Amino acid sequence: MSRTFGAEGRATCLAIIAFDELKTDYKNPIDQRNTLDPVVLPEYLIHASFCVMFLCAAEWLTLGLNMPLLAYHIWRYMSRPVMSGPGLYDPTTIMNADILAYCQKEGWCKLAFYLLALFYCLYGMIYVLVSS
Amino acid sequence: MSAPAGSPHPAASARIPPKLGGAAASGAAAPAGPGPGPHQQNGPAQNQMQVPSEYGLPPQNYIVPSGHYSQGPGKMTSLPLDSQSGDYYSGLYTVPTQNVATPNTASQQAGAQQMYGRAPPAPHAVGSTPGSFQGASSSASHLQTSASQPYSSFVNHYNSPATHSASSSVASQGFPSTCGHYALSTVSNAAYPSISYPSLPAGDPYGPQMFTSQNAPAVRPIRDNSFSGQNTAVSHPSPLPPPPSRQYHQQQSLSGYSTFSWSAPGLPSTQDNLIRNHTSLATASNPTNTVADSLSCSVMQNVQPKSSPVVSTVVSGASSTRMPPAANRPVEPVASVTQPSELLQQKGVDSSSTTSSASPMPNSYDALEGGSYPDVLSSSASSPAPDPAPDPVPAPAPAAPQPSKMPKPFGYGYPTLQPGYQNATAPLNSGGPSSSPVYSGFQQYAQQYPGMNQLSSSLGGLSLQSSSQPESLRPVNLTQERNILPMTPVWAPVPNLNLDLKKLNCSPDSFRCTLTNIPQTQALLNKAKLPLGLLLHPFRDLTQLPVITSNTIVRCRSCRTYINPFVSFIDQRRWKCNLCYRVNDVPEEFMYNPLTRSYGEPHKRPEVQNSTVEFIASSDYMLRPPQPAVYLFVLDVSHNAVEAGYLTVLCQSLLENLDKLPGDSRTRIGFMTFDSTIHFYNLQEGLSQPQMLIVSDIDDVFLPTPDSLLVNLYESKELIKDLLNALPNMFTNTRETHSALGPALQAAFKLMSPTGGRVSVFQTQLPSLGAGLLQSREDPNQRSSTKVVQHLGPATDFYKKLALDCSGQQTAVDLFLLSSQYSDLASLACMSKYSAGCIYYYPSFHYTHNPSQAEKLQKDLKRYLTRKIGFEAVMRIRCTKGLSMHTFHGNFFVRSTDLLSLANINPDAGFAVQLSIEESLTDTSLVCFQTALLYTSSKGERRIRVHTLCLPVGSSLADVYAGVDVQAAVCLLANMAVDRSISSSLSDARDALVNAVVDSLSAYGSTVSNLQHSGLIAPSSLKLFPLYVLALLKQKAFRTGTSTRLDDRVYAMCQIKCQPLVHLMKMIHPNLYRIDRLTDEGAIHVNDRVVPQPPLQKLSAEKLTREGAFLMDCGSIFYIWIGKSCDNNFIEDVLGYPDFASIPQKMTHLPELDTLSSERARSFITWLRDSRPLSPVLHVVKDESPAKTEFFQHLIEDRTEAALSYYEFLLHVQQQICK
Repeated sequence: MSRTFGAEGRATCLAIIAFDELKTDYKNPIDQRNTLDPVVLPEYLIHASFCVMFLCAAEWLTLGLNMPLLAYHIWRYMSRPVMSGPGLYDPTTIMNADILAYCQKEGWCKLAFYLLALFYCLYGMIYVLVSS
Repeated sequence: MSAPAGSPHPAASARIPPKLGGAAASGAAAPAGPGPGPHQQNGPAQNQMQVPSEYGLPPQNYIVPSGHYSQGPGKMTSLPLDSQSGDYYSGLYTVPTQNVATPNTASQQAGAQQMYGRAPPAPHAVGSTPGSFQGASSSASHLQTSASQPYSSFVNHYNSPATHSASSSVASQGFPSTCGHYALSTVSNAAYPSISYPSLPAGDPYGPQMFTSQNAPAVRPIRDNSFSGQNTAVSHPSPLPPPPSRQYHQQQSLSGYSTFSWSAPGLPSTQDNLIRNHTSLATASNPTNTVADSLSCSVMQNVQPKSSPVVSTVVSGASSTRMPPAANRPVEPVASVTQPSELLQQKGVDSSSTTSSASPMPNSYDALEGGSYPDVLSSSASSPAPDPAPDPVPAPAPAAPQPSKMPKPFGYGYPTLQPGYQNATAPLNSGGPSSSPVYSGFQQYAQQYPGMNQLSSSLGGLSLQSSSQPESLRPVNLTQERNILPMTPVWAPVPNLNLDLKKLNCSPDSFRCTLTNIPQTQALLNKAKLPLGLLLHPFRDLTQLPVITSNTIVRCRSCRTYINPFVSFIDQRRWKCNLCYRVNDVPEEFMYNPLTRSYGEPHKRPEVQNSTVEFIASSDYMLRPPQPAVYLFVLDVSHNAVEAGYLTVLCQSLLENLDKLPGDSRTRIGFMTFDSTIHFYNLQEGLSQPQMLIVSDIDDVFLPTPDSLLVNLYESKELIKDLLNALPNMFTNTRETHSALGPALQAAFKLMSPTGGRVSVFQTQLPSLGAGLLQSREDPNQRSSTKVVQHLGPATDFYKKLALDCSGQQTAVDLFLLSSQYSDLASLACMSKYSAGCIYYYPSFHYTHNPSQAEKLQKDLKRYLTRKIGFEAVMRIRCTKGLSMHTFHGNFFVRSTDLLSLANINPDAGFAVQLSIEESLTDTSLVCFQTALLYTSSKGERRIRVHTLCLPVGSSLADVYAGVDVQAAVCLLANMAVDRSISSSLSDARDALVNAVVDSLSAYGSTVSNLQHSGLIAPSSLKLFPLYVLALLKQKAFRTGTSTRLDDRVYAMCQIKCQPLVHLMKMIHPNLYRIDRLTDEGAIHVNDRVVPQPPLQKLSAEKLTREGAFLMDCGSIFYIWIGKSCDNNFIEDVLGYPDFASIPQKMTHLPELDTLSSERARSFITWLRDSRPLSPVLHVVKDESPAKTEFFQHLIEDRTEAALSYYEFLLHVQQQICK
């Protein structure tokens, strides 16, 4: 469980790093898109599968905590710019300060959420181990 | 993709070795030799002088315009010239070079040899010089180049560095012969002030010269020439140039000067194309001109005695020569003027690949010397400053100007500098006051700048002195002010800077900011509720542009800012960057001022005297060798297209303009046509006729013969002409209705990717086959919906991806959409939007049924094919620390936070940038913005055009409101609204526009104005804001409730995004004039024509009387509305029909009648037309004709079914504020 959160976290970290590169370095938005887009869908799918597992395990509280993010992911992917392949980022608009700032903020918030979720799961696991 | 752009900025810029890239090596050696010489100025100069004297006569023989150039070089290089011309330039510049070269060689050889004899390195130098000459010639104005040379030679005489150049150019200078060196120098000096340095506007000393500015571009060189010529009479070349200058002066004075400042335009007349710029400049400069004239005359006289005969002869030649160049390249001429020297250098460099050594040598030498840019000097700066003093008569004026300049730039802004920099000669502030003559000169000088800043104002002759604070803050009760629109066009407000900075500031036509007082903090900006941003027109056609060739382009070490007029010099050796505040060293090379030929005056260099300059970049700024001009035409030949008949128009235009396509000997061109298959045309040289190759596999497009599809324009010209003649009839019987645009574009991309260039796509319907096929998305029933307008965004990302790929390969795609039905422009436009192309749309185009559209296409094509073009360009915008770029608007691909990738740049492209304030600006009183556009010219030169804008910081809300530039703000808002309507919805965008007015006025009401009025109060600076926003809401792009085709709407949005401000404003708020009673009152004089200036009318039907005739100027279209009971005299005199009833419904031309009112009307319309690149189509609209709805929809102050009238809108805003 924790390992998967790690994977998600890694994807988010990648996003944060990539956006930071974009902002500070002069990285080409097209390259950036090419590095990020492939990991967006896996991240969302992993998160969705976790939710399914929580559902199966009847972990209602955990599931409840994750539902907003799941909804957000669905909304985010539905409202993505017109594009033929999988992905989320449009290299022609990503350099707009608003969108860039939004993407960065999104990255940090999700990283924080995944970290908390990781510790929450660790706590849950240890609690289960100890109590059993 | 990114490489070219990226590399230049980060890496290349900073350290450009003193020497030119390839040439450097050889050049270095050569310079070394001369190097010592230069200092010895006197010695070498004298020698040279003598030599020239010998030549003086012969040159006459060679008087041929080009001769001048050649002479200089010729001496140096007679041999080299030949070789060079043959090897390097033969292809590109063959013609000009030849002209120049031949004379040079012949006359000068002997002299040149002598010259060389002096300096061993000379031979190299010589070679180089010729190169430079050639370059100049290529630049367009041979004369100019020649002029520059003479100039350089002068420089040489005076300055040691000059010696080298002198050696080359010196020959031309007959100076020596004319007088003792010194004597000559004095003479020359005198001459200089009068003539040569117009270009140098920056050049202080030459304030008077400035007058020439009109000519400036061309003139400068000329003047130089003239100088040389005058001095020398000897130098063939030089003599020629002078005459032209004289001629100009004379002409000016004769024609219109006396009457008007505009007369200056008269000068421009010589260069018609440039007219506009000229006019403005001219106006500014006219006074100077007159002065200059007087000065020049005196000078001339002084000089003339010796050379007069020669001069006269030369003059004619020179003038003639000049004219052509100007005509050919309206834009460049200016550059050329200054450039001559620069160009020379460049070319030298370019050519240098083989022989460059010669030119480089001088340069490098100069660099070594510290002053090295004689050429540059000649071009940009004027050495005259020192010189002027010598002449008694002229002296006062010139001297005065010099001082004025010197002190001015720094005096106020950077007091500290003055002491250090002042020359011995001009230590005192010229402070106009010193002497009356001086004063006058000074004034003129001053005027010029304003002129530059306010071209329009100068043109109009109504210089609105832009509002002082109190005026712009004067509260206006909008609901009670009935005539809010001023009678005269609205000019950009002038930033509240001190006089010196004002003069140096960038022209508002190129660079404007929505707030001319930048708020100190983001909080203050938020309070003001006004948009902060820049509007750019970076590649505008300019008539006067200092071009600088220098081994070292001086830039800040940390932020890479180019040195500009707003940096401060801490002492002679250090300057402080005005963007990042880092202290940088002044390179040794920069210490020498070519204009003044003095050392230790970095603040007088042209870079520091002009806020708009162009650098010739070295190889450090290239990722690959500069690409040739490559043009590919992709033409739809499906049944629909053939039916519309655009092929006839296009092929005709192409045939007419084939020789005018910008480019050099490497220019390549290709054609593709497509319907359901793709047709390539093999135009390989040697074929007896064009070969058509058909590829029917549109799913996997390949190039049938990769080599011969794009062919050299000159080698295959006959084949190309054959093809163009045959094309319109090749598909007349086609039954193919499908259009495989996507695959055709893929093929075009494959074809272009090795070189980059421009793809022009002509499309007449929805693409229906292969990749990128589109479906109709428009529901005609929704056209007048007031609710939701859908499908403003693309339906597929195919075209966007393609555009990004193209952009990466430095290829721009321009779209011409000629369609009678919905063609999903929203999707198709992406191919141009992201590849920095441009979009043209001709709804319901048909060559016989819709002749006005056909005429428009024809005119647009003429402009499109012949306008200047820059390839593989990048544009970086820098601003003072604390500000940052937020969002960009225009056609480009944003590569990083401040870098735009532009595969092509054209003079009609505008950009907008939103800014945000990230750090408080409390510790600075000025902020600067710098745009650097790096591009490859059609001649294969890498160039950097730099604009710098300086604005004060405002600390209070009142300051911010006082400095609002309404037009810029509205244009920026329009750009933002387009984004909003695509990303969100149209109604959101409309709400945002209304809110912008409500918020800003309520913020003003609650904070700044203490008056408690019942009405709607706005500061005077914002009084037009509600009107313009209302106009925007009624614009095709944003209107609702009125039937608007989706493509029309999307096209209007595209135009808002990529039009420069001047054109956009006309589109948003057209100008209405009453033209049935034109009088000469307040008229201006342009090129010997009297142009009436009728007052602006507000856009309301109440102004339309049935007895009148009105002209509406909508930017790309003119309407003439004829009232029902319009005076029959007017109809007969102007329209050529006996009465109202007999006027035809479709009339698109005014007949040339020999009546006063017809003449006035036509000259007014011509004047309006000349002021814009695209020649608008004229429609005569009768009061009763069905076409009048089109006219009436532009009357935005009136109420329509779906929209509020202006007064209602004001009430609505007031209501919102009170809520």
